[in-house]
Amino acid sequence: MKQFTILDKKDTRSGFGVGLLEAGRKNPNVVALCADLVGSLKMDAFIKEFPERFFQVGIAEANMMGVAAGLTIGGKIPFTGTFANFSTGRVYDQIRQSIAYSDKNVKICASHAGLTLGEDGATHQILEDLGMMRMLPGMTVINPCDFNQTKAATMAIAEHHGPVYLRFGRPVVPVFISEDTPFIIGKALMLNEGADVSIFATGHMVWKAIEAGHILAERGIDAEIINIHTIKPLDKEAILESVKKTGCAVSAEEHQLNGGLGDAIAHVLSSNYPSPLEMVAVQDTFGESGTPDELMVKYGLTSTAIVDAAERAIKRKKEVLA
Amino acid sequence: MESVIQDSTPKTLEELKDISSQVRRDIVRMVHGVGNGHPGGALGCTEYFVALYFHLMKHNPDFQMDGIGEDLCFLSNGHISAVWYSVLARSGYFPVAELSTHRKINSRLQGHPTTHEGLPGIRMASGSLGQGLSVAVGAAQAKKLNGDNHLVYVLMGDGEQDEGQIWEAAMYAAHHKVDNLIATVDWNGQQIDGPTVKVMDLKDLPAKYRAFGWEVIILENGNDMAELIKTYEHAKTLTGKGSPVAIMMKTGMGYGVDFMMGSHKWHGVAPNDDQLAQALAQLPETLGDF
Repeated sequence: MKQFTILDKKDTRSGFGVGLLEAGRKNPNVVALCADLVGSLKMDAFIKEFPERFFQVGIAEANMMGVAAGLTIGGKIPFTGTFANFSTGRVYDQIRQSIAYSDKNVKICASHAGLTLGEDGATHQILEDLGMMRMLPGMTVINPCDFNQTKAATMAIAEHHGPVYLRFGRPVVPVFISEDTPFIIGKALMLNEGADVSIFATGHMVWKAIEAGHILAERGIDAEIINIHTIKPLDKEAILESVKKTGCAVSAEEHQLNGGLGDAIAHVLSSNYPSPLEMVAVQDTFGESGTPDELMVKYGLTSTAIVDAAERAIKRKKEVLA
Repeated sequence: MESVIQDSTPKTLEELKDISSQVRRDIVRMVHGVGNGHPGGALGCTEYFVALYFHLMKHNPDFQMDGIGEDLCFLSNGHISAVWYSVLARSGYFPVAELSTHRKINSRLQGHPTTHEGLPGIRMASGSLGQGLSVAVGAAQAKKLNGDNHLVYVLMGDGEQDEGQIWEAAMYAAHHKVDNLIATVDWNGQQIDGPTVKVMDLKDLPAKYRAFGWEVIILENGNDMAELIKTYEHAKTLTGKGSPVAIMMKTGMGYGVDFMMGSHKWHGVAPNDDQLAQALAQLPETLGDF
């Protein structure tokens, strides 16, 4: 198992803030909108440098999506910022009609996604956003794993034409992707080559997958670990190539079991190369208040859960072979 | 930007009335042809679209999505698409013959307008109500960022004013001084389930926009071409002064076809063969039917 160096500990939303500033410097058409959460979205630096290219919308997310769609008509590249819940579920119809169906070049940037929002509880901890955004025709869905990757993703989506959902979070997590690692939309990132089981992880679960890989290695299990930072378009070739080698798979995501990365992978496998797949995800329930770490343990989003899932997947593979 | 043609060379009032009559024929024939659609609001807003595209706006039928260097028009209450399609075709955006495909399979003229099929002249999809004002506001702000000194027009329904997003957008437009925008409410007093006063009373609609910080003009007869043009010429003089401009445009639902006039029952119903003949008898053919 490859060793990963923790370069730093930072939140992914700060990667967004730095990436937005850089994207703004590179392209004068980049503009930003925020629904009264500037500090939470780390947009301050962009606003300071480009005040005329920032639009405070107030607590009015539906309007924010429409104004962003309109700005694209004049060639602007709008980045909207609010919590993931208010970036998706609250404004699904606005995104569907004015952005996705109208093919507008809006970047929907969503912070505080998933359980790791923590103490605010279930009203704010959206676990359905990847599913909703995946279902929209033409929508690109990205969920990077650390500060550096979120920064790179933010800059990459500015250069990609079309609607994008970019999801990131609040807690401070290990930074382990090097700053110069290119972010290629739709191209999965191989982290550790292995032979016994494929672990496909996204977002905050990628580091937990690496931790799981070390535990599995101690038990003599050689895990392949792949970072699926782009949920849609999904890198089917990378997934199939890996599972054809290992024969079984685990998905890991900070999202509802229904509709997320695991479902997407299940579809690829069942249609192309039926294989045992174990999904680490929230099991059809809402979250609750608690610290991010407490919640990840209570709802089963841990490295231990990934290890258990990998062992189950391998056992099923052997049963199939026997 | 130089390629923009000023096809809106001021037409005489008689010419504009003739175009309106032909557009009304198009509307009833389009809706009859497919057996469904929304003739009432479309007939009521005919003078509005004819005036914009044949007289008031600087626009380019050689369509560019970004609309830089021209005035833009958005339709928020997308169900009245038939009138917009007719006016877009008649002003050169696409062949008039294509009007016959309205709402039929494989058509670019979808039941509600969309960019998805690539129909020239359409810059956003609409149909799910309440979203058009926000989009128009964003487009107007992009014009300001681009140093593009042209106007953005948007039409909404009065029933559509029930949607909360309208008021989010109204607040935002005034706060951000989006003063290159002329928003119009088709104030015909009707929505699908009945008169607006019964379904959801809008109370003093002009006062509401004024309270949000808009310049508001009331157009008493939006089906009187002369009065309509005069009102919009006046509205143009109010742009660029720090406030968005709203026009409360009173129209008759179904205007031009006597048995459809003023009735919410013609919001979303197509005429049968006899009703079509009755309607066409009231509408002189001026430019030739599609």
